[in-house]
Amino acid sequence: MTSHPDLPRETFRLRMLIFDTRYRSLTIQIVTLAGFMLLVSWMISNTVQNLAELGKPIEFGFLGNQAQYDINQTLIAYTSRDTHLRAAVVGLLNTLLVAFLGCALATVMGVTIGVLRLSRNWLVARLMTVYVEIFRNVPVLLWILFFMAILIESLPPPNAFRGEDATASMLLGDSVALTNRGFYIPEPLFSRSLGDLSVFGAFEISLDLVAFLAVLAAGLWVSARIRARADRIQNRTGLRPTTWYLRLGVVVLPLLILLAALGFHLGYPELRGFNFRGGIYMRNSLIALWLALSFYTAAFIAEIVRGGILAISKGQTEAAAALGLRPNRIMSLVILPQALRVIIPPLISQYLNLTKNSSLAIAVGYMDITGTLGGITMGQTGRELECVLLMMLFYLAISLVISTAMNWYDARVRLVER
Amino acid sequence: MSDAPSHDTAFVRDAMLPPAPAPASSVGPLGWLRRNLFSSWLNAALTLLSLALVAWLLAAVLPWIVHSSWTASSLSECRAQIKEAYGPEASGACWAVIRERWAQLIFGFYPSELYWRPILAFGIALGGMAPVLFPGFPRKVLYLSGAAPFLVPWLLWGGTVWLPVAVALGFVLGYAAFRLVTPFGGAILGTIAAALVPVMWWFWLAGPASGQLQAVLPLGIEPVSSRSFGGFMLSITIGVTAITLSLPFGILLALGRQSRMLIVKSICVGVIEFVRGVPLITLLFVAWLLLNYFMPPDTNFDIVLRVIIMVTLFASAYVAEVIRGGLAALPRGQYEAADALGLDYWKAQRLIIMPQALKISIPGIVSTFIGVFKDTTLVSIIGLLDPVGFSNSIRADVNWNGIVWELYGFIAALFFVFCFSMSRYSMYLERRLRTEHR
Repeated sequence: MTSHPDLPRETFRLRMLIFDTRYRSLTIQIVTLAGFMLLVSWMISNTVQNLAELGKPIEFGFLGNQAQYDINQTLIAYTSRDTHLRAAVVGLLNTLLVAFLGCALATVMGVTIGVLRLSRNWLVARLMTVYVEIFRNVPVLLWILFFMAILIESLPPPNAFRGEDATASMLLGDSVALTNRGFYIPEPLFSRSLGDLSVFGAFEISLDLVAFLAVLAAGLWVSARIRARADRIQNRTGLRPTTWYLRLGVVVLPLLILLAALGFHLGYPELRGFNFRGGIYMRNSLIALWLALSFYTAAFIAEIVRGGILAISKGQTEAAAALGLRPNRIMSLVILPQALRVIIPPLISQYLNLTKNSSLAIAVGYMDITGTLGGITMGQTGRELECVLLMMLFYLAISLVISTAMNWYDARVRLVER
Repeated sequence: MSDAPSHDTAFVRDAMLPPAPAPASSVGPLGWLRRNLFSSWLNAALTLLSLALVAWLLAAVLPWIVHSSWTASSLSECRAQIKEAYGPEASGACWAVIRERWAQLIFGFYPSELYWRPILAFGIALGGMAPVLFPGFPRKVLYLSGAAPFLVPWLLWGGTVWLPVAVALGFVLGYAAFRLVTPFGGAILGTIAAALVPVMWWFWLAGPASGQLQAVLPLGIEPVSSRSFGGFMLSITIGVTAITLSLPFGILLALGRQSRMLIVKSICVGVIEFVRGVPLITLLFVAWLLLNYFMPPDTNFDIVLRVIIMVTLFASAYVAEVIRGGLAALPRGQYEAADALGLDYWKAQRLIIMPQALKISIPGIVSTFIGVFKDTTLVSIIGLLDPVGFSNSIRADVNWNGIVWELYGFIAALFFVFCFSMSRYSMYLERRLRTEHR
């Protein structure tokens, strides 16, 4: 093996770092990294120095101290003698609660409005356009304050329900009370309850709920098996057996039996003294936040749904019709599967937006994680850096989970292209 | 052949019927109604339902808007006036609060004798934006666009004229450094110099230099502190600055994210994902409480400036993602064509990639901008007096305690006007830039 005589031997010269494209990208990256590291280390050293001067080095021990404040809307047991950490967890659960409720309502509303905007009925289509434009073009914070004001100003106080000449009355057979302090709705109770399961001595998980979910999951699994069997039969014989009553039965019947076995009944709210007792109490801040976020996000979801349906070319409908499919089969077998591919990714980022917007709860006093950890805990302990850091981590974790799910879905439904 | 009609041939028409007008039920207003509102039972029911809804809403809101008082000086006086004018049962809007406080809602606590300055600044900003936004505008106005970023802050905050001059000088220095270094150092060293020189100038020399110049030749207008900023002026200041600055930063971040260089790419991905993963309110907390910690001890810079920095960062990350979508939507052939022409990276970006990618991303960019402008209301949570913050302080006033709808309605209407016109502008732009043949 001899070296080629004609080619000059490659020697590395310093100027190649700048002029040779092979090395140039290396140079750029090293300079960028150095600049970035410098910036970060400069900021960190500044922070450490500043915090040392203030006499509060970074540590998270304050989370174990007594919180000494009350939270008026909680999903798990909490008293003011609990720790800041537990208060943060209560806030976290409250964030998840309002995010879940909001996403559910916003989806229902958004899909309805999006479809109605495409309606051939001129008046309905225009009304929906007006709805979308009004809700999209006004800040969500204003909507939250607006809904809070509506609840406070237009609903009767609890004492209006009292006495012989009550000016307000409960709805749905005396089971629901809408007051300016919040909504009281019936709560599920079990006379033969299984009791609670304590996890790590910190949280109580209702065994009734666990049993309910387990039976529901089992029912859904069996239902899916029945559907798979129907698919197999259809593939073999071309005839699809009717299974909907079987599938409904295996989901609903075991649940009904379980509920009967546990002695299910509803606990109604009742007016005692100055306020209602019993039932589930949803504070007006929760309701206002929930409705405002849903109404606001629904306007965006409506546009996404409309765009998704419009994105499917008319030829698809016509081709499906030419094959002899009925209109509802065209919708469910041809249009929707394709439209969903367009709709789902932006829809999920709207869910993410709704979750992040729920941090505006602080404006109406709903105690989500921004209200507990970022509000009172931060104010009491003066640990701004730690609290803001934890809050950011929490929201980052949520978005990471949601966007991972989104990427997974995206990869699953993506068209196979060249 | 006889005259009598023969019975063994079928009847054949031998003259055309004259054209008749369409039946009354399918043309004109009636036909329109039938087609668009009552085409089926379901549609008719929907129409009636919507009509009832509209009527109910109007019946609830219109009397309240019309039965209003414009002249009172407190809420109780308002209510008394309305009762006197429209009967004891009437309830109406108290627009007097807007009349009394509108100057504050627009300008905050800005000194009233200096209102001309924000108005002039707003005019200059609009004039500077016009040639960028509308192609029919005289190109000479572009000089104004170049000067506006320095003139507007100077008019708003006041102080010595030499500070904006010194800041502008930084850009000149950067450009000079680029031209000087590039011939013998190549584009890379040129870019590094163009970034490094102005930063060093601004950090260490711009302040003292402007101080010296001010001492030699005192030119300036009365300074106004950020604390007196408020109302829509504050929203527009924060919004417009963040929107303008976020476009270049967003483009850079998007290019970084699409880059093949691993380190550059990971830094950009990290920044974008971090900013997009947290709510704006936490970033505003950072601006409010933490940004001073990140700076050298004893620097204490302005809260409005800190908020602008964080809102810009926030907007940039979202703009970057939108532009990344535009970049990804370009066919590979465009990149390959640029390479085949022998263009270098920046030329290819400037001449071939960006014009197309930006065009694709316009709807997304504008809706990001609308979102950012709406999100400026969040600064009320960290105690700045934007319109929402200001409405809270008006409601805390004894005279106006208990007023709700008029204030929120006014603010919402103003925001609606801004955001709606932005979205209409984006539609206009889309139509104008539509070049594909359909």
